[in-house]
Amino acid sequence: MSDDKARQVVPDGMDRRGFLHCMAWAGTGVVWTVAGGVLSSTRLGEAAEKPAAGSFSFAQISDTHIGFRGEANRGAVGTMGEAIAHINALTPAPDFLIHTGDITHAQKAGAFDTVTEALKGAKASKVFYVPGENDVFEDGGKEYLGRYGVGPSRTGWQSFDYKGVHFVGLVNVLNYKAGGLGSLGTEQIEWLEKDVAGLGSSTPIVVFAHVPLWAVYPKWGWVTADADQALGYLKRFGSVTVLNGHIHQIMQKVEGNITFHTAMSTAFPQPKPGVGEGPGPLKVPAEQLRGMLGVRQVNYVQGQGRLAVVESPLA
Amino acid sequence: MRRHGLSMRWRASALVLAAALLGAAPAPISAAAPQVEIKHHKYLPATLTVPVGTTVTWVNRDDDVHTVVSTAQKFNSRGIDNDETFSQTFTAPGTYEYFCTLHPLMTAKVIVK
Repeated sequence: MSDDKARQVVPDGMDRRGFLHCMAWAGTGVVWTVAGGVLSSTRLGEAAEKPAAGSFSFAQISDTHIGFRGEANRGAVGTMGEAIAHINALTPAPDFLIHTGDITHAQKAGAFDTVTEALKGAKASKVFYVPGENDVFEDGGKEYLGRYGVGPSRTGWQSFDYKGVHFVGLVNVLNYKAGGLGSLGTEQIEWLEKDVAGLGSSTPIVVFAHVPLWAVYPKWGWVTADADQALGYLKRFGSVTVLNGHIHQIMQKVEGNITFHTAMSTAFPQPKPGVGEGPGPLKVPAEQLRGMLGVRQVNYVQGQGRLAVVESPLA
Repeated sequence: MRRHGLSMRWRASALVLAAALLGAAPAPISAAAPQVEIKHHKYLPATLTVPVGTTVTWVNRDDDVHTVVSTAQKFNSRGIDNDETFSQTFTAPGTYEYFCTLHPLMTAKVIVK
């Protein structure tokens, strides 16, 4: 991406009000570019410039909730199809996809297959998955891990390197306890510590998981109990981008060099944190629905350590 | 509505008659089956007290899927989708705590006396 006079550069150390002001742009198609704590934004469309050599992009799809039959969206399979069409129209084309969970709504027979088959129609080489609670509640993750688990022990958590960027997929929806919150657990956190131990601090890190790794709204369970411990191992890195689903709406937060982004669903929106009687599918007028569903494109420019996050609503 | 009420009364009378013929005490007609409503990510009522032998029915009024799972692993509804129900009969006295395995902040209990 070249410099552009339309780009708004927000200096490091910006106050909360300043950030919230910028956040108001998020739903209307803004590209966020993060470079070591400096945040800048451009309007959607400016991101589609020719990428530099060694750079790449990937797309995030989340909360497809196949099997959902509520009033908030009678056609969740259809809107997932529209989301895939959006992915296929992205410029530059994404190298791969990340699905951040709640693949299915209720783990009903055929639901995982519907999503897997539909995503074969996406023009991307591979799909990386992490589970949502709706994918594992019936059987403690047995079916999910059988399909999408990684390595000989078929854990849900995973890491891989792609063109100089280190990607980490985490699982925070297993072993829910009564009255408790989602968590990563000791075993996974110890794995993460070892996984990143040998990396140089200039390596850009992308973390993806279902439930937000920052306290969006603990009263509704929109938090991961032991996320701080995991993030502690990532604080030394110059650029950490955390991508989550679960809350079916776009929110961002910056904490040092770590930037958190929650994503839209392709199935239905949810209320803003704390608004109304509780979380859950939000019924909106039909003409507003597709403006609240969508996918996300993330662009990496080699050598700049920056990732530009572009939100792409269905309408 | 009136016709429905009339037919209910006829059916009730027939039941009483049948019970009398069999020599059994008629069951109280007005006793509603205890029900817990799941709404806005809450079990209503959060505490339900019933006599031994009662069958409790949960009905999910949310568009989200919920479960009713005993913390002591004594029962497990599996997924209850919108407007679906789950019933459990309590044959022994005690306090049965349960929660939703998708939304673990949802907790409640049935007290059986």
